[in-house]
Amino acid sequence: MTDTGPVLAADGTPLKKKLAQALFVSRARAFSLVLPLLIFIVASFIIPIFSLMVQGVKNDTYSSNMPATTAIMAEWDGASELTEDMFAALVTDLIQARADKSIGRVATRVNREYAGTRSMFTKSARRAAKLEAPFMAAMLDIDEDWGDINVWGAMKVSSQTLSPAFYAAALDADYKADGSFVRLDTEDRIYVYLFVKTLAVALAVTLATLALGYPVAWLLASLPIRQSNLLMILVLLPFWTSLLVRTTAWIAMLQSHGVLNNVFVWLGITSDDSRFSLIYNMTGTIIAMTHILLPFMILPLFSVMKGIPPTYLRAAKSLGATNWTAFWRVYFPGTIPGIGAGALLVFILSIGYYITPALVGGQDGQLISNFIAYHMQKSLNWSLAAALGGILLVIVLAIYWVYDKVVGIDNMKMG
Amino acid sequence: MKLKNILVGATALVAVGAAAANAGSITVVSWGGSYTKSQVEAYHKPWIAATGNQIVSEDYNGGLAEVKAQVEADNVTWDLVDVELSDAIRGCDEGLLEELDLSMLPDGADGSAAEDDFLEGALSDCAVANIVWSTIFAYDSSKTPGVDSIDDLFDLEAFPGKRGLRKGAKSVLEMALMADGVPASEVYAVLETDEGVDRAFAKLDTIKDSVVWWESGAQPPQLLADGEVVMTTAYNGRIFNAAVAENKPFEVVWDGQIMDFDLWVVPAGAPNKELAMEFIAYSTDTQRLADQASWISYGPARKSSGPLVGLYSDGVTEMGQHMPTAAANLTNAIVSDFEFWADNADELNERFNAWLAK
Repeated sequence: MTDTGPVLAADGTPLKKKLAQALFVSRARAFSLVLPLLIFIVASFIIPIFSLMVQGVKNDTYSSNMPATTAIMAEWDGASELTEDMFAALVTDLIQARADKSIGRVATRVNREYAGTRSMFTKSARRAAKLEAPFMAAMLDIDEDWGDINVWGAMKVSSQTLSPAFYAAALDADYKADGSFVRLDTEDRIYVYLFVKTLAVALAVTLATLALGYPVAWLLASLPIRQSNLLMILVLLPFWTSLLVRTTAWIAMLQSHGVLNNVFVWLGITSDDSRFSLIYNMTGTIIAMTHILLPFMILPLFSVMKGIPPTYLRAAKSLGATNWTAFWRVYFPGTIPGIGAGALLVFILSIGYYITPALVGGQDGQLISNFIAYHMQKSLNWSLAAALGGILLVIVLAIYWVYDKVVGIDNMKMG
Repeated sequence: MKLKNILVGATALVAVGAAAANAGSITVVSWGGSYTKSQVEAYHKPWIAATGNQIVSEDYNGGLAEVKAQVEADNVTWDLVDVELSDAIRGCDEGLLEELDLSMLPDGADGSAAEDDFLEGALSDCAVANIVWSTIFAYDSSKTPGVDSIDDLFDLEAFPGKRGLRKGAKSVLEMALMADGVPASEVYAVLETDEGVDRAFAKLDTIKDSVVWWESGAQPPQLLADGEVVMTTAYNGRIFNAAVAENKPFEVVWDGQIMDFDLWVVPAGAPNKELAMEFIAYSTDTQRLADQASWISYGPARKSSGPLVGLYSDGVTEMGQHMPTAAANLTNAIVSDFEFWADNADELNERFNAWLAK
């Protein structure tokens, strides 16, 4: 028989189509099982992160409340003479913004670009309704700073709904009305320094956890099951204890009249009036973070080491390798996926660490996340907080990318 | 730390009986510690007894952040908040606070109309002041005797030891300038200039390594009592209460004091705003403000309350000399410039944070 037509199912439809239908149903069923998780991730993770990224570049406080000046600002070049039209538009906007009770938000927005302008707006808005043309003279009469071109420059920057001003501020630069970026004076620079400091702390914590965790993981993997279970409990017990409890325990340990300093004084290592300051500074932050993140290094290392047969080491030694060669050439290369997983996990967790530096960091142990919290909770500059968070996210993604290029993400083993 | 005290006027409820049937409840937020206690004794308890309403009392550390978060999330749980003047003005401008019906305020006990009776600046569209308080610095006289001027706060050679300062630019910069020789009347004029700000930070640099920073008003007396610091800036009432009520050897230095108002405000969209307004009117009448001054050394915001202020609740201490407004305490004093801080708080706090983190 030389039938070249499609194979048919019992009901006459082509078998291929029938198979696709059957597969579709089972795929749809499988998909419907993951759907709740997918919706949860989109709603609680993707959408908030996206809206945060948007808030870092989009701020319509000025443009939505001050439409007349926004239109004029779009045409003004940021340098030429101020005109009567600009002042007339300003007065119109001020009257409206005062009626809408939005003048305070507008003033705060402009004040972030040019400090000292807040009261100019609120004060002028209170009197705007009574002003008569010519408005330029009338406004200069209220406050002569209305003639300052920098004030109008700040209004131009604020009037842009989409603006790089907050990202510029998050990188210690000032975005000017003519579109240029100017680096801040040395004493006002802070965020680049903090990003670098945060990365340095994350690196130090990663190396410290690796140095402390590697031998522990090796012991866990090689001891007989009874002892290793006991050791495992010692690793996991702090892991299950509340973060706050562990951090406050370190305060009790490290403070100037704490356990450690008392022991030092008792041993005669230091005198009573020159106790070490181990907490409320960078030292305290690194010690506490290393301890808290240690399990994240030990657990991936342990599971990888568990998978390396002990016979490898014995074989290497029976072939004449020294202890060191056997470890370095045979055992260590096998543990690299675990080191990679642990290091990436600890590094990325440390970059965003917040509560421990806040509690034990004092003034010089504060990291970038503490300043993001400051702008969310204290200064109320949510756009700047969003820009700082956006930069932090980019840094984490960049590290992930570099890791993938250097070590390879497939090479990572969590267990 | 949020301490939640529910003050249920149980006896009052029984006494009022029928009135309790339509009694409401408001959440009043203040600064905690001995200050909240003075308000509970002078305002809350009599109000509960008189009206049968209930008050839930909460603590916070100042600032508008929590109010803004509640208003923006459209989930306001606070009915009444005790804020500083610059925050009251700013919150009102930004639409975070309810406009208040000032006609509900009763006239003074001496018959003067409410708007004349309150001190200048004590009433605004969204806020009614209750007290005048002051940022001063204090020391432990048993350990460092002989401190008498604002210069001593910055003089590590004559008075070695740690200093406590409030973590933030406000009041710290003013004190640094005054200690650097700027007369009280010119402090804000100097601080308006870039050189003035540099000068203040340069002065702070000289003690930076010896500073313990505090955030909540209850901390400074504790820092002094624990011997963590030898001098600290503080709110004057807190030091008074530690010294008089707890017999601590603390002394207040009035030289270089910075006065400010505390005011009642109602967050926009507060669930019980009518009741909150009733409470404002009740708590800021002449007698209530005078009563509060017998629990803590803050000056009443009404002129008519002044003559009624007598003894501290221990029955022996004259309150007059402990008030920020006492003539002897005003020789080198400034009134906190709310407009300056509304304009410059963001920028100066950024600079302060940059300075602190390095």
